[in-house]
Amino acid sequence: MSQNDILLEVEDLRTVFDTSEGAVRAVDGVDVTVRRGECLGVVGESGSGKSVTFSSVMGLVRAPGRIAGGRIRFDGRDLIGLGPRDMRAIRGRDISMTMQDALTALNPALTVGEQLAEMLNAHDEDLPARGGARRRAIREKSVEMLRLVGIPSPDSRLGQYPHEFSGGMRQRIMIAIALAPGPKLLIADEPTTALDVTIQAQVLELISDIRARLGMSVVLITHDLGVVAEHCDRVMVMYAGQVVEEGATVDVIANPRHPYTRGLLASIPRLSMRGQPIRPIEGQVPNLVGLPPQCRFYSRCPERMDSCLQTVAMRPAGPGRRARCIAIAEEAVA
Amino acid sequence: MTSLTNPLVQVENLSKVYEGRRSLANRLTGVEPFSVRAVNDVSFHVDRGEILGLIGESGCGKSTLGRAVLRLHEPTAGRVLFDGTDVTALSAGALKDMRRRMQIVFQDPYASLNPRSTVADIVGLPLRLHGLAASRSEMRDQVVGILEKVGLNAAHLDRYPHQFSGGQRQRIGIARALISHPEFIVCDEPVSALDVSIQAQIIQLLLELKDEMGLTYLFISHDISVIGYLSNRVAVMYLGEIVEMGPASDVLARPRHPYTQSLMSAVPDVDAPGHHQRVRLTGDLPSPLDPPPGCKFHTRCPLATDACKHAAPVPEEVSPGHRVACHRLHENLSVLETASRAEGC
Amino acid sequence: MTVADIDAGPVAVASGAGQTIFRRNLARFAANRLAMASVAVVFLFVLLAIFAPWIAPHDPNETDLFRRLQPPAWQAGGEWSYLLGCDALGRDILSRIIYGSRISIFIGAAVIFVATTVGIAAGLAAGYFRGWVDVTISRLVDILLSFPYLIFAIGLMAMMGPGLVNIILALAYKEWVIPCRVVRGETLATRELEYVEAARALGASSAHIMAREILPNILSPVIVVSTIRIAHVIILEASLSFLGLGVQPPTASWGSMVADGRAFILGAWWVSTFPGLAILLLVLAINVASQGLRDAFDPRFQE
Repeated sequence: MSQNDILLEVEDLRTVFDTSEGAVRAVDGVDVTVRRGECLGVVGESGSGKSVTFSSVMGLVRAPGRIAGGRIRFDGRDLIGLGPRDMRAIRGRDISMTMQDALTALNPALTVGEQLAEMLNAHDEDLPARGGARRRAIREKSVEMLRLVGIPSPDSRLGQYPHEFSGGMRQRIMIAIALAPGPKLLIADEPTTALDVTIQAQVLELISDIRARLGMSVVLITHDLGVVAEHCDRVMVMYAGQVVEEGATVDVIANPRHPYTRGLLASIPRLSMRGQPIRPIEGQVPNLVGLPPQCRFYSRCPERMDSCLQTVAMRPAGPGRRARCIAIAEEAVA
Repeated sequence: MTSLTNPLVQVENLSKVYEGRRSLANRLTGVEPFSVRAVNDVSFHVDRGEILGLIGESGCGKSTLGRAVLRLHEPTAGRVLFDGTDVTALSAGALKDMRRRMQIVFQDPYASLNPRSTVADIVGLPLRLHGLAASRSEMRDQVVGILEKVGLNAAHLDRYPHQFSGGQRQRIGIARALISHPEFIVCDEPVSALDVSIQAQIIQLLLELKDEMGLTYLFISHDISVIGYLSNRVAVMYLGEIVEMGPASDVLARPRHPYTQSLMSAVPDVDAPGHHQRVRLTGDLPSPLDPPPGCKFHTRCPLATDACKHAAPVPEEVSPGHRVACHRLHENLSVLETASRAEGC
Repeated sequence: MTVADIDAGPVAVASGAGQTIFRRNLARFAANRLAMASVAVVFLFVLLAIFAPWIAPHDPNETDLFRRLQPPAWQAGGEWSYLLGCDALGRDILSRIIYGSRISIFIGAAVIFVATTVGIAAGLAAGYFRGWVDVTISRLVDILLSFPYLIFAIGLMAMMGPGLVNIILALAYKEWVIPCRVVRGETLATRELEYVEAARALGASSAHIMAREILPNILSPVIVVSTIRIAHVIILEASLSFLGLGVQPPTASWGSMVADGRAFILGAWWVSTFPGLAILLLVLAINVASQGLRDAFDPRFQE
């Protein structure tokens, strides 16, 4: 893989929230690599830091949160230390993000057409400079975007407000707005969690479809391993602020190397498992304040050993795979 | 069949209509106020000791149905027989006594617990309301007993809900529902708001408690994997009506209604991604304010014909206990085959 | 912001154990210095009112025609034993302000107590039962709200005649509308929450649900509104007294003291100014304190 293949590279990202109870290390030494044209799945439960990681990439972490360390390189540029002006230019034009709840993420007081135009006005450099030509171009492009995301009779729906659309349609509109400037990377944060399964399938297929057509990269943040299995090339599993396992989706699901990934897979109820007990992961996510240097999954891990009570680093676990578990190294030695 | 002997819950032609208030403006203009048939003429039974899974998408009326069965929402028409007693005809006093025997576990573990009450007060409330504890210490013992059953303990008694995680709160909600030793529990999406690993813990807990305490569940969920995993029988709901119902193994292995078929094909599968065919339902759920005539699914159904637009299908039994409401049932079509044929063209 | 807000979930479990929402809010309130200073001022006035006979240097009703319109101590002709000077009848203004605080604070507190009690009961009933109960109560509220407050009170006082109890009643007749509207709105929202439905599912009575499940959860905004309204009531009482419809002479009341000094405002500014300042200071302190209460207790004002 040449350096040029990599679109986004995050190294040792640390994001901290200062609270009355102490500093919460919500993201603690996270590395992310997103290649051009690929779809990376990011899986984790609440508190895993999966959303905070990508808010940090977008420069959207607000006080009391702060980025305490790390490097974020996007398309050959360092994003940390970039002024708010430059960051705003990158946000939207090069990286777009869609939120879980389209109803609150869209402005209820503006029509869909106005919101699309705003995005295009700010970020699209191919438009004519000014005047009627520019307005016409924006309108054409807006209609084209709504058509792209599968909204019927887009011309007449440009003048409607977000509340006049159904949940699935709103999610499509948010995707249309995110895609309007032609970003290189789309970060989709739980795009289908609020939607019904039949609608969820439509939206996910739409994202896959557009990715193939526009050749952009997609980061799909989700808690649903099924979604990742069907739509992502690679997957990154996060737990309590750290990445615990990453690799090609097929490999990770067929042969999970980290006990948490195994537990997560075993926790999913399946039609084929009727009558057999599911094996849930015991206990709950540890408090992120004042964690001792040890494997963060220690308290819940069925395979824990005394040697887990030290800092555990990510280690290679097969071709293109890494995992944060001490047992992997010992396997190799044995 | 057990259903012939004595089901614990028998629901007959239950309907729930929400109507807007008839205002002066309505009367003057002659415009009818809005009315929503959230549940439309639904009948089913739940046998003692079984889990009936109720699947449907948001807005299909499954939660309203669960609440109407318990008379938390007053049904507009129909009857609910609980252990032979008509719940819909009970007086307020008799209904209160009946509530001890039928309970509900809610979806949202954050909204379902009073934030100003301690765990001891929340879980002990049913005992107080029904006079089930003779003294304070007896009440405390019973509360601690049920807390231990759901995986909590006496140290949690004086804490407030906000001091617990979502999974723990759901355990408190379950303890509250079970402390009066009910026989029937409506589980209204009890795991939908929880993380995957916690979801598995709660499902496991509900299954264990069912065996231990001899419970019967009406388990409502939008998640077909959860329903398929734990139900004995399933009912599939679409726009206020049950379109398919039968033994879980039968319905999920051989779904006959096009809606059930497409619902199952839409679920992403961890084990065999992309290996199954997918039916893409076009469009969204129609508004319940203005449901389509005829078969309510015809606007999205890949198999719909003209007949489907005019007459509502009558449920038919396709195998013992397995009933389906579809006009094209006898043509033995599958939306999957239709979809692949269309792709082939 | 606490840990719990970051990523809703289990991280919060181990933190803040043993802390009720009330105590957390109280701590937040205590951290607000300006609000705490205002509370101190209010508390000082309450102490003045309670211990007036021991604190006041003179009898507030003792007239002395030789001290007629005597200026404050620091002006020519003033005396240190009559710090704020004397009024037209030679009564000590400081002593009258101290005794007057009894009237202002007592009426303010009594009116708000009566109004809040009635308002909570009416608001709970309207919001919980809805239907005709709600329509009846809400229409009554609308009607009362359409009268200008002061004119309404003047009319009532004219009908009932002066007297402490009548002032309280005249003000409370309309004041309950304010907490009632707050309670009704909060009740409407709260009754739809799942824990209320849970209580119903367990077989709880309407009285239990209103008193135990709904009321404790809507009390914070009601308390906040009521403290703000105390300040309004104090001003209204002063206005009534200013118009001569309040507490009858010779009982000292800030409003009537301001009225008494009107005629001499050019020559003897102190007669009206000091009781006016007392009203200003107390009302300001109550407003700032209730502002702080609102910030600490009303979830809508929390980040």
